[in-house]
Amino acid sequence: MFKTFAKAFQSLSVALLMGLPLAASAQQMSEDASIVVEKPWARASLGTSRPGGAYLTVRNEGSESISLIGLRAEISGMASIHETRTNSDGVSSMAPADDIVIPPGGMIALEPGGYHAMLMQLQSPLVEGETFPLTLLFSDGTELEITVPVLGIGARGPEG
Amino acid sequence: MKKVRIALWSAVVIAAAATAALWMTERNQGPVAARVDPEAERFAADFELTDHNGMIQADEDFRGRWMLVFFGFTNCPDVCPLGLATIAQVMDDLDAEGAAVQPLFITVDPERDTPSALADYVPQFGPGILGLSGSTEQIERTAETFNIYYQKIEEASSPDGYTMGHTSSFLLFDPEGEFVRIYEYDQAPAVIVSDLRERIGT
Repeated sequence: MFKTFAKAFQSLSVALLMGLPLAASAQQMSEDASIVVEKPWARASLGTSRPGGAYLTVRNEGSESISLIGLRAEISGMASIHETRTNSDGVSSMAPADDIVIPPGGMIALEPGGYHAMLMQLQSPLVEGETFPLTLLFSDGTELEITVPVLGIGARGPEG
Repeated sequence: MKKVRIALWSAVVIAAAATAALWMTERNQGPVAARVDPEAERFAADFELTDHNGMIQADEDFRGRWMLVFFGFTNCPDVCPLGLATIAQVMDDLDAEGAAVQPLFITVDPERDTPSALADYVPQFGPGILGLSGSTEQIERTAETFNIYYQKIEEASSPDGYTMGHTSSFLLFDPEGEFVRIYEYDQAPAVIVSDLRERIGT
């Protein structure tokens, strides 16, 4: 427990010291506030030769269904949403995800073991403590740019 | 009334035939469909591979310690880093007791994951985890004896045009090298730690 606190405190201090925008860890939303993105994070990469992974949650506060249809990121030559599936034999595999429908009032999570933003052809490494912009593309034409903080390579969730 | 009864009995016959047909196709679909009871499923550790320091390692080299084995590949952006992070957290929490446990990360992608590629990658998660690789044939043989599954999947939107499907559970072997149980890769580290503590203590 203490360790968790210490870790959280440590990351907070690091964030403050580095002058990171606090917005990176708070809500980020579309202009009309109908799409709310929370808990974005990415795992630090080792150089640029392997794909990076990023995660977040998206809430639909609007009155119509929307779909998350894709991604764009300057840091990645090829960013897309992939889905990990694990069958009853404990075999996991990964494939590009179809459009992800979010009903009004609903929420979807990109989290380890499920959907994830796969960042291929990294243009520069994902460095712990830094942030990068990621644009989410929605079916209604909305393009929402968010700021994603990079956590350690051993991070298991948005808290590290 | 009679018509209804005939119709009902016909439905029963059709359902029975369908069930039988389904049962027979399942039986004929090979290992995936003819799935054994997970409790009875046996994994076995029998390998000779090269570790990320370039040393040859065989299962006998780890007798006297518990082996926690995880199969994966380093171009995997989701399951494998989470699995390795979970194992690293488990080892961290076990602290001194962790000396009784050897975590092993065996690649299913020997083409890309040479011992030196593993040396760059595996220790980033935790110093105690040993990465193991080998020739394509060695990895095939290892997977076969362990009784785990892996497959190369052609996938245009993956690095080098392919990804790997693989058994993602952690396999635990006791100090005699006998299979004990599996843990899921996304299990909370605390659950694995308390289970391991109990076993190590006895």
